[in-house]
Amino acid sequence: MVTEAQIWAWLAEVPDPEIPALSLVDLGIIRSVEAGETVVVKVTPTYSGCPATSVINLDIETKLRENGVENLRLETQIAPPWTTDWIKPEAHEKLRVYGIAPPIAGQPACPRCRSANTTLISPFGSTPCKSHYKCADCLEPFDAFKCI
Amino acid sequence: MFEFLLRMGDNTLVLGHRVSEWCGHAPVLEEDIALANISLDLIGQTRLWLGLAGEVEGQGRDADALAFRRDVWDFRNLLICERPNRDFGHTLMRQFLFDLWHFERLSDLSLSVDDRIAGIAAKCVKEADYHLERSKDLIVRLGDGTVESHSKMQTALTALWPYIGEMFTDDALDAKMADAGIAPLPSSQHVRFHKALNETLAAATLMRPTNDFAQMGGRSGTHTEDLGHMLATMQFLQRAYPDARW
Repeated sequence: MVTEAQIWAWLAEVPDPEIPALSLVDLGIIRSVEAGETVVVKVTPTYSGCPATSVINLDIETKLRENGVENLRLETQIAPPWTTDWIKPEAHEKLRVYGIAPPIAGQPACPRCRSANTTLISPFGSTPCKSHYKCADCLEPFDAFKCI
Repeated sequence: MFEFLLRMGDNTLVLGHRVSEWCGHAPVLEEDIALANISLDLIGQTRLWLGLAGEVEGQGRDADALAFRRDVWDFRNLLICERPNRDFGHTLMRQFLFDLWHFERLSDLSLSVDDRIAGIAAKCVKEADYHLERSKDLIVRLGDGTVESHSKMQTALTALWPYIGEMFTDDALDAKMADAGIAPLPSSQHVRFHKALNETLAAATLMRPTNDFAQMGGRSGTHTEDLGHMLATMQFLQRAYPDARW
C-alpha cells in the first residue's frame, strides 16, 4: 500500500499552474494527506477567487491516478485560512529566480538586481496573489507576492 | 440560516459581476487589472457562501444553481451592490462604501459561533482588508484631486448615499441570527462605519450629505430594475442552455 510520505513526494512534483517554479507543496496549500483504503488529500485555496483552484485539483488527481491511486478523495479545507507564511522558506529563492519578489513584510527588493529602491505601481498584479512594482535602479517592472 | 447565507453570497455575486463589467474598459491598464482581480475575489467568496447555502438548504442546489437559476425576487443582496457602474468615480465610491461595510461585517462574522461561517469570514476578511485599503486610497486621491475628479466623487457620493441606510437596518431574520450568536445585528456596525467614513471623507475633502433617506428592500427581495438587466446577461447561458458544459 502507498505511504503518506510517497504521496507527499508525488505532490511535491506537481507544479502550481500559474507559478510553475513552485510545487503545490512549496506553496503550502496541501494541508494534509491520509493514506488508506481511500487516499484523502486536503487542499486549501490561496485566494478565494483564484482561477487556478480547479486546475490544481485536476492536477493532483491526474498525478495520483498516474501513480496507481484508485480511490481518491479531495477535500477543500478553508479554516484556518491560507497565509503566505506557509510558503516554504526554500521556495522564496525559487520565486526570486523566477522573477517574482517573495512575500516578505515591507518594501520588496527587485528580484533581478536586488535593489531595495522600488516603488508600488498597483496593488494588483498579473494574478490576485501579486502586486505590481517597479525597480528604480534597473528600471524593470516586476511582480511581488502579496503578504496575506 | 439559508436566507442569511444568501444575503452574504448575493452581495458578493452581484457586486462581483458588476465590477467585472469593467474588464477591458477601465481608464488605465492597472485599474483594469485591479477591478478584474477584485471581481475574481468577490466571485470566489460567492462560491464559499452560496456553496454553504446549498448545503444547508439540502435540496441538492450547488453554488452555480443558486447563482444562475434564481430570478430577481429570490436575490437577497443590498441594493448598493446592483447599482450600475456609470462612471469610474461612481464605481469606486460604490466599492469604497461596500468595502468599508464588508470589512467590518466579515471581521464580526469571523467570531461567529458557527464554525463554517467563522471559517469563510476569516478567509474573506483578508481579501476585504486589501480591497478597502485600495478603495480608501483612491477615494482620498480623487476626492482631494483635481476640480473635475472632486466633483465626480462628490456626485457619486450623493447618488449612492441613500443606499447606505439599508446596511444597518435590522429585521426579524437579523434578530434570530443575533440571538443564536451566528451574526451580530447589522445596526451594531453603524457607529464604527460612520466614524471610519467621516475620517475618509474629511481626508478626501468630500462633503457628507445630510439627507437620511434610505432605499430599502434588497435584503428581502425587492430590487431595482437594474438587477433584472444584470441577471439577463449573467444568467443567459444557463437559461438558454440549461446544464451546458464545455
